Amino acid sequence: MLFQIILFYLFAAVLIGAALGVVFSRNPVHSIMYLVLAFFQSAMLWLLAEAEFLAIVLVLVYVGAVMVLFLFVVMMLDVNVESISRQLTRYAPLATGIAFIMALALIQLIWLRSGTEDPSLGAFQPNPADYDNTKALGAVLYTEHVYAFEIAAVILLLAIVAAITLTMRRRPGLKVQDISKQVAVRAKDRVRVVKMDAEPKEKMGAEPKEKMGTEPMEKMGVAPREKMGAESKE
Amino acid sequence: MDITSFVAAAPEMTLLGAICVVLLADLFVDDDKRFITFGLALASLAVTLWALAATAPEGRIVIFDGSYVSDPLSQVLKIAATGFVALSFIYSRDFLAANGLHKGEFYLLGLFGLLGMLIMISSNSLLTMYLGLETLALAQYALVAIDRNNVTSAESAMKYFILGAIASGGLLYGISWVYGVTGSLEFDEITAAITADPSLNSLPLWFGLAFLIVGIGFKFGAVPFHMWLPDVYQGARSPVTLYIASAPKLAALALTLRILVDGLGVLHDTWADMVMVIAVLSILIGNIIAIVQTNIKRMLGYSTIGHVGFILLAVFCGTAEGYAAALFYTLTYVVAAAGAFGMVILLSRRGYEAENLADFKGLNARSPWFAMIMMFLMLSLAGIPPFIGFFGKLNAISAVLDVGYTELAVLMVIVSVIGAYYYLRVIWYMYFEDAEDKAVLQSSADARVVMSLNGIAVLALGIAPGWLWALCQQVLG
Repeated sequence: MLFQIILFYLFAAVLIGAALGVVFSRNPVHSIMYLVLAFFQSAMLWLLAEAEFLAIVLVLVYVGAVMVLFLFVVMMLDVNVESISRQLTRYAPLATGIAFIMALALIQLIWLRSGTEDPSLGAFQPNPADYDNTKALGAVLYTEHVYAFEIAAVILLLAIVAAITLTMRRRPGLKVQDISKQVAVRAKDRVRVVKMDAEPKEKMGAEPKEKMGTEPMEKMGVAPREKMGAESKE
Repeated sequence: MDITSFVAAAPEMTLLGAICVVLLADLFVDDDKRFITFGLALASLAVTLWALAATAPEGRIVIFDGSYVSDPLSQVLKIAATGFVALSFIYSRDFLAANGLHKGEFYLLGLFGLLGMLIMISSNSLLTMYLGLETLALAQYALVAIDRNNVTSAESAMKYFILGAIASGGLLYGISWVYGVTGSLEFDEITAAITADPSLNSLPLWFGLAFLIVGIGFKFGAVPFHMWLPDVYQGARSPVTLYIASAPKLAALALTLRILVDGLGVLHDTWADMVMVIAVLSILIGNIIAIVQTNIKRMLGYSTIGHVGFILLAVFCGTAEGYAAALFYTLTYVVAAAGAFGMVILLSRRGYEAENLADFKGLNARSPWFAMIMMFLMLSLAGIPPFIGFFGKLNAISAVLDVGYTELAVLMVIVSVIGAYYYLRVIWYMYFEDAEDKAVLQSSADARVVMSLNGIAVLALGIAPGWLWALCQQVLG
């Protein structure tokens, strides 16, 4: 038990340090790296509390997916660190005040709850060896919280519909490749051989050049974009 | 748990099934045959209404382990919300078709929003309430931005989205505090926990409560969380404004009543003061700033803020009569507001929105019938007898008087008089000014018929308001 307590304080200390690093580092990329560290430490704390499924999901989803996305966005946008840090110092007194009030309220909440008889909020009790956190989570997710779970699924469907509504555009006249058409094309579709009579040398060049040209682009497998429907995402 | 008890949630399930059908069917519909989607959307609403009527339970039923409640209040609000969404679809179709916006997505997002409203109205836990709210909000953000090429729409959608996200965050923060203090998300259990242990009724719970009220204030559009409302009403295309201004107000009322009364009713002494402050600010600022508006959508936006103040003042009373008055006020206000925004759409045509007050000049010469309907709606909003809006105001004021706040009641009367000015100005424009725009009204027969019924309903309900008031009292008794 003592070892666990030591681990808890170690992880908690690194977590707080990482959280401060997120706020105070000058380089946004460093901030994100600190955030990754903070997520790892939270995952460790969850592991200590025997919530291994949540811990792994936190690492996979947040560190693996969300933070990489963050990193991409920060690197793509040219974030002006100077102006942001100037704003940070300008609003620092206000932010410190709010943070202070919130911390105070949180401490009062913990103090309030520590006095109640509710066993779920008492001292941490280790679970039996055959306890399976993933199974326990799945059991409540599909029974007790099934309604909320289904609504969350509806929200995701709605998000898809909303995103497509707002971003899908059909621009007329835009040229895009149609690979299947290009593969299926035959030589006679591309080149048209025009029979011409032999002419005297001095009249060469007077013939209109268009006749020698190829077919319109459409037959070559280059289709206007509006015909391609679902492929024309932004 | 018995699987048959899920039948109580049939309206939501039916609507979700219908949404999936519309979503798939719309894929196979050409742009010029979009009326098929319109018909399907109305059919979905009809099926939902049928499911509501067919599965109406006796009394109060709680299912899904305490996350879903079906009671008389939810029945009334759900039927009204479904009806108002149908109304906004009917009013919108011509305008959408004329302006190249007649896409299946408008109806789909509208139906999704309705699903969110139904979830909110029937929620019995803070988690379900939040999820329903997000469903509704997400549909509304997308609806406001549905005309992507319109800069004003895009700007107002952006404002709405950012402010809405902050308000949702605040609400969620409040929810987490209430959960932290009481140890439950279910309204019944929250009440039970506070009753069992009065020491919980202390600063941390009030801290959470304050954030919940911020969320409620934002969703309702009450001062000082009203900044988004006039901008969004003005910036969104008129059909979207109509949608946002009508049915979601019922969901906002459900949000207020469920959280403040079902969940935290024992804290009435604490939240009453907070609600009173935002309500008084709302009736003052809404009604006074509406006077200087020249855009009718913006004017109606500020008038909404004023009406929201009245609704919140009725809730503030904390009595059964006050809650019934809030329900009555919301229902009757939305009837008139939906009609008023419907009239804005009715006067619009291809590439032109009749959104300025000046567009109503000389309406009597162009169409005496619709000028009269608009006059009914404006008089109802102003609260002049015998129109229904008068009884809404009367009930709210008498509820406030009953709890002994005479000064508040006097203030409510004074702002009603101030508010009457800008409604009467519309009537003045319609009857006593010459028309600048002499085009013939171009709307389809169904929109005209429904608009006429809407205007007549405002008068008919005002002549016989007794049954609706009895219903509201019975539902919240």
